[in-house]
Amino acid sequence: MTSSPPAAPRGRVGRQRDSRVGDKIFMNLARGSGILLLVVMAAIAGFLAWRSGLALSKNDGHFLTTFEWAPDAPKPVFGIAVLAFGTIVSAIIAMAIAVPVAIGIALFISHYAPRKIAQPFAYLVDLLAAVPSIVYGLWGALFLVPHMDGLTSWLNQYLGWTYIFDQTKTGTVPRNLFTVGILLAIMILPIITAVSREVFRQVPRMHEEAALALGATRWEMIRTAVLPFGRPGIISASMLGLGRALGETIAVAVVLSSNSVLSLHILDPGGGTFAQNIALKFAEAGNNGRNALMASGLVLFVITLLVNGAARLIVARRKEYSGAAA
Amino acid sequence: MAKRIDVSGLSAYYGSTKAIEDISMSIEPRSVTAFIGPSGCGKSTFLRTLNRMHEVIPGARVEGKVLLDDENLYASSVDPVAVRRSVGMVFQRPNPFPTMSIYDNVVAGLKLAGVRKKVVLDEVVERSLKGANLWKEVHNRLNKPGAGLSGGQQQRLCIARAIAVEPQVLLMDEPCSALDPISTLAIEDLIGELKSQFTIVIVTHNMQQAARVSDRTAFFNLAGVGQPGRLIELDDTQRIFSNPSVQATEDYISGRFG
Repeated sequence: MTSSPPAAPRGRVGRQRDSRVGDKIFMNLARGSGILLLVVMAAIAGFLAWRSGLALSKNDGHFLTTFEWAPDAPKPVFGIAVLAFGTIVSAIIAMAIAVPVAIGIALFISHYAPRKIAQPFAYLVDLLAAVPSIVYGLWGALFLVPHMDGLTSWLNQYLGWTYIFDQTKTGTVPRNLFTVGILLAIMILPIITAVSREVFRQVPRMHEEAALALGATRWEMIRTAVLPFGRPGIISASMLGLGRALGETIAVAVVLSSNSVLSLHILDPGGGTFAQNIALKFAEAGNNGRNALMASGLVLFVITLLVNGAARLIVARRKEYSGAAA
Repeated sequence: MAKRIDVSGLSAYYGSTKAIEDISMSIEPRSVTAFIGPSGCGKSTFLRTLNRMHEVIPGARVEGKVLLDDENLYASSVDPVAVRRSVGMVFQRPNPFPTMSIYDNVVAGLKLAGVRKKVVLDEVVERSLKGANLWKEVHNRLNKPGAGLSGGQQQRLCIARAIAVEPQVLLMDEPCSALDPISTLAIEDLIGELKSQFTIVIVTHNMQQAARVSDRTAFFNLAGVGQPGRLIELDDTQRIFSNPSVQATEDYISGRFG
């Protein structure tokens, strides 16, 4: 790094000028792409904000607290309370299931499985990510929903006292937020697993050996060296998964039997999510209806942005401990 | 603390490759034993068999006996995890846990052993950091990340971490090769102090270092490329560097090969 630069060849000044043309073209191309991205983002945000404004000005209810969704009524009334609640609750359920399982699978692939098994297994998990969401939706509706009865009644029986798992309407088909959460968990599992796995693989061997040499068992080594090192990566992976869970449309639309009821009884059918609501209502929506749906889309956009920002804050707060310096 | 090590008929393999062959030696307690020899002669491999770290590499295995006082580390009833708690190790590149503070780095081994009492941990941190000649430099920033220290300080932190669990033996695998001369000197002084409490084994490529810090020196060599490494001789350091009994040792030390 301290070596001096080689002496410039004589008589090649003209050629150097030539090669800078390539530099310039590339720089402008890169700059242009960057600007284009900003323009597209601004256009989307601007369009959403404009149409949302149109809808909101005609809204007779309060946009944030109203349960109903009737923007095409003579007196339009619509609100996102149920949608926001359903979106967040189903995403929380999905994350609560998917993150621990994904970390487990990732650790199995990176640190436990023999190499012969690890590779095909990793490939299998990646394959899960390639399944289209409508297929997940159909599988959810045709397979998962009919097979949920055992689990839901068990939860109702033993955890019903928690209120959350209390099933007030027994005998209904479990097209509820809980089933949606499980389906979403399966859908976001591959991305969280894949990213975590790569992070775990990058843990420097010397940190693992440091732990082992102190008398750590394999699990203790993972706890002292691998998991802390991989923490920012796990958070990023989870955010990618959460983004998908928040925005998943068609699979939720197929499984959930939606209504405008906001209930913490997640085993009762009903509720809704932003994306599912848009998919369901867009085709039949009138002019104001479409604008109202875009307003709800804007809210989803903001929620996703906030969640990602929060995750970045968490990662940045412990930056000096990230191990990036080592 | 400080036990003697008796190795007999030890060979180590990486898969089907034999890395070291039939090594027997005794290492005295409360002394510094240096391993020297050309690259690839198996010094580090041999060192790693002394705390059963060799076998953490997939496919690696060991034959032979290592007695720590009278206990065979490779007996089937012995847990390698327990071995590593009584035989500490310091690595070539300083490797403090990057996600932990200085304090947490020092107590990492104790926490693994289940010690949780704050009073005990505080005391161990102070004693170990003092033992590693690092206390004065870091006592007012124990909660800062260990990775923020200089290379030499990091290596002394690793030594503090290793001695915090009060091992019988301290293995050092080229502990100064990534450090500048001043940090190297600090570590060498430290080794001189630590030998009053621990049995120390150090691998080094630096022959002056071996001459400076060790009481006994072992010379390793291999017969040729692809051949396993062997112990050529082990003797008092002074004798090895002035009047070795094997010609190959003299050739290596006087710089005629390797």
